[in-house]
Amino acid sequence: MSVNTRLISRLDVKGPNLIKGVHLEGLRVIGDPNEYALRYYNQGVDEIIYMDTVASLYGRNNLHEIVQKTANNVYVPITVGGGIRSIDDVKLLLRCGAEKVAVNTAAVKRPELITEISRKFGSQCMVLSIEAKKKKDGKWEVYTENGRQSTGVDVIEWALEAEKREAGEVLLTSVDNEGTKKGFDYDLIKKITNILSIPVIVSGGMGELSHLEAASEVCKLDAVAMADVLHYDRLTIGQIREFCVSKNISVREYVK
Amino acid sequence: MSNKIGIIDYGLCNLLNVKNAIKYLGANAEIIDTPESIKNQSHIILPGVGAFKNGMRGLIIRNLVDSIKNHVLDDKPFLGICLGMQMMLNKSYEYGEIEGLNLVDGEVIKIPNRNSANKKHKIPHIGWNEIKYQNNKIKKISNHKSVYFVHSYMANCKDKENVIATTDYNGVKIEAMINKKNAYGCQFHPEKSGDAGLDILNNFINL
Repeated sequence: MSVNTRLISRLDVKGPNLIKGVHLEGLRVIGDPNEYALRYYNQGVDEIIYMDTVASLYGRNNLHEIVQKTANNVYVPITVGGGIRSIDDVKLLLRCGAEKVAVNTAAVKRPELITEISRKFGSQCMVLSIEAKKKKDGKWEVYTENGRQSTGVDVIEWALEAEKREAGEVLLTSVDNEGTKKGFDYDLIKKITNILSIPVIVSGGMGELSHLEAASEVCKLDAVAMADVLHYDRLTIGQIREFCVSKNISVREYVK
Repeated sequence: MSNKIGIIDYGLCNLLNVKNAIKYLGANAEIIDTPESIKNQSHIILPGVGAFKNGMRGLIIRNLVDSIKNHVLDDKPFLGICLGMQMMLNKSYEYGEIEGLNLVDGEVIKIPNRNSANKKHKIPHIGWNEIKYQNNKIKKISNHKSVYFVHSYMANCKDKENVIATTDYNGVKIEAMINKKNAYGCQFHPEKSGDAGLDILNNFINL
């Protein structure tokens, strides 16, 4: 039996609000993140990702209360990202009910942080978040601070280094495709899933069911993060799960 | 219900999720971190996220090892979750050879990074997998069989009688639940496995 593709809802948060943007920018308020998380849980989502989109600006993650509230009635894993820069930050979020943390900016600045988190909490807790933007030469560059800051770092090299430094998983967001509903950056997900031996969560661009099929044709999909398509109620997790089953993409059998 | 359920805090992990889940099931759990408080519990849960070495160190510096062992020797219900299950065994090879709680004979080894077809597969093992129950020591098992796993190391019990559930990860057989008398361990996270996990926790707290 191979491993099921995980269907993950990604909730980008600014202050108290669930928001959604395009290319991680131009954010529009959607509603109360806790309500949406609960809705997806009741639909049978496999995991939830919370991203504090302005954390790096304020120098800290502000999702503790939201995570704590969600952990009261949502019994699937919660990953929290945004503004995490130390062991203490991780500890606090885990204590609020997070299962894993996703780190981007602070890890690019100080790659040792990946190993520190992994050694302290186990590698399964350490998700490296990569925001990738395509360059003219066909390669991808790592962006930080929620897609705002270029770094000059090559995405493939960075992913390999992060694996070596014991990251347990990669959350791979295409900044170019994020919020566009036009599908994933298939070249990017193919390259990264093939070179890594840790799971990859692909994110950015899911607009319709056929995009999932296209993604599963270019790689073995470990996990997919979806936002837009769920927030605007275009699809439910149940519909997505059914579609996967019909296309032989193995997913968790969910019985309500 | 007169059961007193204690969740052991050894400094690392997400106790809140387990506590919330117990509350959801209509019972109350207390977070405990002293040898005395362990003595007062009818049921204890040892949750876990993190590295084996840090977990054992957390128990040792809080002087909890002997009281946990006594609880189990007294045949009171015990549940180890993920790292908490791994610590029930004799030793682990995660970042060096570290001694565990010795509640069940066996060791903790890295998940082989090659599957049955000798192809490389992904470690950590993260995701929802179906589990198969070998026998029926825990009754009323849920119908929703998939549960959430996240781990890089796995249990290898010496006596396979102690293995009560397994899962299959690309052809690698993983010991998903272990049991000896009233001590149980789940490699997966029942508190993160939706209804399937809640059922298992419910069975445990009603032992």
